Amino acid sequence: MKPRTRQVLNFWSLFTGPALWWGTVLLVPYLMMLAISFYTRQFPFHVPDFQFGNYITLIADSQYFTVLLRSLWIALAVSVTAFFLSYPLAYFLAFKVRSNRLRLFLYTAAIVPLWVSYLLRAYTWKTILGSEGILNSFLMWIGVINEPSTIFLYNQGAMVVTMAYIFTPFMVMPIYASLEKIPVSLIEASKDLGAPRFTTFRKITLPLSMPGVLAGFTFTFGLSIGDFISPILVGGPYSNMIANVVATQFGMAMNWPLGSALGVVLLVIVLGIITASDKLERVGRINLG
Amino acid sequence: MTSILELHRLSKTFRGGIVAVDNLSLDIREGEYLTMLGPSGCGKTTTLRMIGGFEYPDAGSVMLDGRDVTNDPPYSRPVNMMFQDFALFPHMTAEENIGYGLKIAGVGKAPTTERVRAMLDMIELPGMGARFPSELSVGQQQRVALARALVNNPRILLLDEPMSALDAKLKESMQVELRHIHDRVGITFVMVTHDQTEAMIMSDRIMVMHAGRIEQIGTPTDLYDHPRTAYVAEFLGASNMIPATIRRDGGEVVACAGSMSLRLDRNTGDSGTRSLFVRPEKIRLVSREGAAGEESSTFSGTVKELFFSGNMVRIDLDVGAERPVIVHRQLDTELAAAGLPGVGDTVTCAVSPEALKLFDTAEVAAMKAEEAAA
Repeated sequence: MKPRTRQVLNFWSLFTGPALWWGTVLLVPYLMMLAISFYTRQFPFHVPDFQFGNYITLIADSQYFTVLLRSLWIALAVSVTAFFLSYPLAYFLAFKVRSNRLRLFLYTAAIVPLWVSYLLRAYTWKTILGSEGILNSFLMWIGVINEPSTIFLYNQGAMVVTMAYIFTPFMVMPIYASLEKIPVSLIEASKDLGAPRFTTFRKITLPLSMPGVLAGFTFTFGLSIGDFISPILVGGPYSNMIANVVATQFGMAMNWPLGSALGVVLLVIVLGIITASDKLERVGRINLG
Repeated sequence: MTSILELHRLSKTFRGGIVAVDNLSLDIREGEYLTMLGPSGCGKTTTLRMIGGFEYPDAGSVMLDGRDVTNDPPYSRPVNMMFQDFALFPHMTAEENIGYGLKIAGVGKAPTTERVRAMLDMIELPGMGARFPSELSVGQQQRVALARALVNNPRILLLDEPMSALDAKLKESMQVELRHIHDRVGITFVMVTHDQTEAMIMSDRIMVMHAGRIEQIGTPTDLYDHPRTAYVAEFLGASNMIPATIRRDGGEVVACAGSMSLRLDRNTGDSGTRSLFVRPEKIRLVSREGAAGEESSTFSGTVKELFFSGNMVRIDLDVGAERPVIVHRQLDTELAAAGLPGVGDTVTCAVSPEALKLFDTAEVAAMKAEEAAA
């Protein structure tokens, strides 16, 4: 066998599977979604076409635009909350815990919820925030309130809390990984040159951990903007996010073209975020060398 | 000379009961270049880190210019450190690294720029300020680290194994340069190293440490020529340490080992079995280099092995003692003309009483056991 033939054979024997997979479950569906987003709706189905009416509806009809803005806002709130929960934890693990075993234990404890069903974890918050829930019982027990309050559940706040809890591991992991890589000597050098703790954190530790923070934001933002379950479980009225509307359009409303257009918008937003964070990280990497 | 730093009965034990520094007292003089020398684990780095404020002693005090700084954090003592891995901030340029201390101190922009430029000139990297550490060679990184540590004009500069990242050639030139910079800036340097040659080349004084204690402190020549303990004798330079029997013979004191019978200094009080210490380069080859002085004793041995290393030759002589006598000779024109002996030849050597020293055999045995364990 000629070397060239052998190389080609080797290549395809290894990559035929992945190529088929990538093509049939990723590329084709994306192209179908893109194509259908230009179709015209004709109840009860749709006909092939090429027109921008669906996209115009998304902008012109304020209910879709509101949902889009709400999704962006909630994704941002979730990411920021997850950041403030994760950074101190990751910092504590990377710099303050001396015992390797304890560090591994705490890290695993923070990550292990990922192995539990998403639905179950989201549902848990119903039992915490509900009117018969743990939070209400506790507040009544310590005497802050006299009767169960309903303000905790079925609103956007509950969604942010639930999603922040669910997606925090995705923030902890990259931040911890970037903090762990910082040599202790850099922190000592900064203190040696006169910078107290906080100045050292601001000028050395935080900038050097930015790649991890960016990666964490990309994960949590991307995951929460497309979330579909927590609006249903813990969000009340006025808590629909893009994914819920997409589901409705494909289901009850039987409006596939509009659903596809929404899907394309969501895809573009997520790709935009990934690209932006990649660009930002590249800027950082030049500095990091 | 006035002392700038006083360490008073410092002790530090790490978790797990490892005693790093044990009741150590030391005076460092203003402007001197002091080196703490010892093998890894002898406590030298811990001592340095206690001076810098990176570790706090369990007992004892650190007095800087008469002020107690024992428990002060690193950022509030006028001492700076050059780290073993240089610890340059990777997200800052060389300039920003050097200017970091000034920026923190709140020095204005214009004076900072000027001072940073002066430092870049001093380390001979003018125009390289805009580069990031990753764009600099190891040698250049080291210079930037040095400039960064000196920019605030510290009272003391600490150097933690400064040459360990450099290759042999670069190491040699940096040793000379660092010494020059010390002389120029007039700042007190305290260095930690495990490299005895480096310590001798660079230092005004060397402190040899062993198991958390000071073994001996003095000038390089002092330590080399008059080691007080077998440990110092062995650690600095090459040495022969041969078990010998000491005999009194009329007015003379003689050390006997194998076929050797060497005259010692008349005032030697020792007797019995001792370890006879002599530097390999203090032994002359009489048959090649001519007769030695009057006081010298001669002995002969059979050449067991020869090691040639360019300018030097090492000759291992069998004299019937427990181990061979090692002789180092410089390969100068005289010796080259006379010709080197070959393996199996018998040569006559001479050594003067001043070159001989006796150590306690038990002490040497304990040291050898410790070496073997390490």
